[in-house]
Amino acid sequence: MSYEAVIGLEVHVQLKTQSKIFCSCATEFGAEPNTNVCPVCLGYPGVMPVMNAEAVRKTILTGLLIGCEIARFSKWDRKNYYYPDMPKNYQISQYDLPLCTGGKVPVPGKTIGVTRIHLEEDVAKNTHFDTNSGVDFNRAGTPLMEIVSEPDMRTPDDAFAYLTALKEMLVTAGVSDCDMEKGQLRCDCNVSVRPVGQKEFGEKIEIKNMNTISGVRRALAYEIERQTVALQRGEKLQQETRRWDDEAGKTSVMRTKEYAHDYRYFPEPDLMPVTVDDAMLAEIRKLIPELPEAKRQRFIQQYGLPEYDAGVLVADAAVAKFYDEAAGQSKNPKAISNWVMTELLPKFGESKITPAQLAELVALIEGGQISGKIGKEVFAEMFATGKAPAVIVKEKGLVQVSDTGAIEAFADQAIAGNAKSVADFKAGNKAALNALVGQVMKLSKGKANPKLVSEILTRKLG
Amino acid sequence: MSLHALTIHELRRKLHTGEVSARQVTQSVLDRIAAVDSKVKGYLWLNAADALAQADAIDRSGAARNGKALAGVPVAIKDVINVAGQPCTCASKILQGYVSPYDAFVTKRLREAGAVLLGRTNMDEFAMGSSTENSSWGTTRNPWDLERIPGGSSGGSAAVVAADEAIAALGSDTGGSIRQPASLCGCVGLKPTYGLVSRFGLVAFASSLDQIGPFTKDVTDAAILLNVIAGHDAQDSTSVPRAVPDYTAVLGKDIKGLRIGLPKEYFIPGMDREVEACVRAAVAALAKRGAEIVEVSLPHTEYAVAVYYLIATAEASANLARFDGVRYGLRVRGEDVIDTYGKTRGQGFGPEVKRRIMLGTYALSAGYYDAYYVRAQKVRTLIRRDFEAAFKKCDVIATPTSPEVAFKAGEKSGDPLKMYLSDIFTISCNLAGNCGISVPCGFVRGLPVGLQILGDAFAEEKVLQVARAYEQVTNWYKERPRI
Amino acid sequence: MPEMNIDHVAHLARIELTDAEKQKIAAQLKDILAYVEKLNQLDVTGVEPTAHATPLHNVLRPDEAKPSGIDREQFLRNAPEHARDLFIMPKIVE
Repeated sequence: MSYEAVIGLEVHVQLKTQSKIFCSCATEFGAEPNTNVCPVCLGYPGVMPVMNAEAVRKTILTGLLIGCEIARFSKWDRKNYYYPDMPKNYQISQYDLPLCTGGKVPVPGKTIGVTRIHLEEDVAKNTHFDTNSGVDFNRAGTPLMEIVSEPDMRTPDDAFAYLTALKEMLVTAGVSDCDMEKGQLRCDCNVSVRPVGQKEFGEKIEIKNMNTISGVRRALAYEIERQTVALQRGEKLQQETRRWDDEAGKTSVMRTKEYAHDYRYFPEPDLMPVTVDDAMLAEIRKLIPELPEAKRQRFIQQYGLPEYDAGVLVADAAVAKFYDEAAGQSKNPKAISNWVMTELLPKFGESKITPAQLAELVALIEGGQISGKIGKEVFAEMFATGKAPAVIVKEKGLVQVSDTGAIEAFADQAIAGNAKSVADFKAGNKAALNALVGQVMKLSKGKANPKLVSEILTRKLG
Repeated sequence: MSLHALTIHELRRKLHTGEVSARQVTQSVLDRIAAVDSKVKGYLWLNAADALAQADAIDRSGAARNGKALAGVPVAIKDVINVAGQPCTCASKILQGYVSPYDAFVTKRLREAGAVLLGRTNMDEFAMGSSTENSSWGTTRNPWDLERIPGGSSGGSAAVVAADEAIAALGSDTGGSIRQPASLCGCVGLKPTYGLVSRFGLVAFASSLDQIGPFTKDVTDAAILLNVIAGHDAQDSTSVPRAVPDYTAVLGKDIKGLRIGLPKEYFIPGMDREVEACVRAAVAALAKRGAEIVEVSLPHTEYAVAVYYLIATAEASANLARFDGVRYGLRVRGEDVIDTYGKTRGQGFGPEVKRRIMLGTYALSAGYYDAYYVRAQKVRTLIRRDFEAAFKKCDVIATPTSPEVAFKAGEKSGDPLKMYLSDIFTISCNLAGNCGISVPCGFVRGLPVGLQILGDAFAEEKVLQVARAYEQVTNWYKERPRI
Repeated sequence: MPEMNIDHVAHLARIELTDAEKQKIAAQLKDILAYVEKLNQLDVTGVEPTAHATPLHNVLRPDEAKPSGIDREQFLRNAPEHARDLFIMPKIVE
């Protein structure tokens, strides 16, 4: 019998805000222990939470990015459980009315459904010593967004792709830096295995606190194999929570179902509900950046770019922005793409060229004022100095020669000095003309208009 | 008359003209405390040197001459409100050793107004009780009869004001904890509308019901103190952003034509006949001043105690979870973390607090949430609607504050349910989020009786106006116990 | 009325009770729960629950960081046990 896995992920993302969710303490990573704390985030007697507006906005923004329905009425609840990292011994979270519900994250070949996104507070950090444990509350109260997926993934690669796509989206939108080493993105995996064709899910195993995307892939691969082997042996799996040991490459049991929590959720009396109206949504919608895939499609449509060009350009957000601005001002967006990809991309960060200047350079070449070859010379100067191309052309006297008299003189000179090429051309070898054109260009120091040169040569030899 | 026996408004005149200094007033109050508090036991903590230093600073600053509202007035604070540098035990062993690093919003307001923060008053542990017998540090006594309880939970604040051991005091009211002890001790106690006074710095018992309010010797002082503590606070999300009037402006205004509602459900069989007689006489006095008396109905009154004990204990079960021996207060070390929590909380909390946490935890637990908590919240809505309907027919509602006068210490402590039922007249006001005041309206067997005047949300002006009008025709509020 | 499992509730509330306390509290809560049964006399169909006594919404604060002005020592001094600038607990076994 063959088996398949069913995977759902709960992703916790620290939001990029200046201050904590309920107080004005800084959300700074790596500060001295217990320095970014106050009576509120230490859970002192008598304190009260006040919701950070930016945390709400960034959660709603995430919902819009994923295509969620944004709740018009949302509230907070207390989730009761005792643990030394939870200063109040209840976490302010959202139970039945989260800010966002439903949504989809596209990954290559499929889309992964998102059940809900809610906003809650992060917990403190415990350090374990030989005989006791220490608590640092700096992290307690960092705004934390939980994104719960549908059980739509079937392979560790699906999970990897989902997390990668999610991370890229959140970073691009400025919702979170998603720095996993700093714990800004953490993940719990729910995974079960069932015989192919069976509708019901197998016994759900949760792997807690994953903090690398590649770790998630490895842990899932291990766990799916483990469960499959167990089922093949006829063993019965039971619902449990496991932890992943990255070094050993194994999962092990943390707790079984008997330890199921009773969180005793109830509405947080100290926080008022949030209502979202059209104006607020419109305001947040303005913050949505164009996601890479949408931008790629737009470049193909709007600028007539080949798929390859569009893909290369959108890979780096800054390059894409530069291109977008330059192409928008140019009659030849493909020429802009060529310049950006071949000349600019390798050392983009060092360039002093503005998008408008690149558009101007292309226009000069298109208009015949300078040749493509001179264009490269001008480009190099622009790159180093940031001067406008017209200024460089004027300063260096690089204006293209379109004076037919001058070109005719060079043409005569070239015909006189290249008898073999002339004979070849007259014998029917059309390619021989290129050598003559090259000769004229050389004589004009590259300034002759190549189109005029070939016209004049053809006439003279005809 | 000794300075400690005066009211805020009387002292203010003397302080303003320089006739007396803040130090003299403070010293007078401290002397009074030294003389009687060993009997009343109203204070849990007092720092005489610090109080005098505050008074000296006020004298030096000239705050009294500049007309600051409470300049040089010694005020006592219930041990549930944070004052930076002072303990705040909530009368619980579990907060032993805790020193507050911050000021509550009301504390800041008192400091800004020039008040001398005298010390901390006794209470039922975490404000859970109606007699102050649930304090871990001993029971406060009723200044009118030291055998009897002062009411609760703010029993210490009521007792020290009644005994002239403070010019005024702050308390908190979750189900009657200001009005009931004010009634039993013969002083004025006001519970403001939910959201009028910031709860920031008030150790939470039931967050959706708690309010801070004043204990004073008369209605004028209640208005003065309310002026100081009322107003929006961005640190409390439930604080209502609205303009605060000068509450003293309505005092003395005529009540002719004002409609006073008498809820038939509040004059019940089983209540003390003599208490009822006092309240009826008070209503008659108001009618004589031109108020119109109308009968109203608050039909869901009989469910209020049940609703209250489910909602308040559920909220408390979470609010009191933070007392775990990690960051402050008592720790009883066990084998591991869970064991340490259990021992710390098992030994740190008193019986009533444990009982209520257990009830609240149960009411929220899987399988019972809808049957208990959600149903209670729905009935709470019905109780609110009762008041909405009643206030269409009247401006204020008059009732007894408590169905009885102060009882003897130990008389009810064996039966929590019986104790809970004594809050029957005060609880609905908190459930509806409205305001109410208790003013002295007579004596039964030598013990004070309180008249409760309830108002709609943010109708403090009407409540104070009627209360002051009542004071103008009676002298009950001037009576003082002989200790 | 359901029977309360006093040990389970005490565990949820993290309160260690003596056997005598358990018996007493169980009996008292039984009375109180019997009393609150009276809420079942009411028909609350279609009634919205009241969670807040005020009708406010969208009470939000701007995202600005500022220090509390209270130094760490003051917080650590309140702790039953601290070391290395951390709040110390008996070893947490995950």
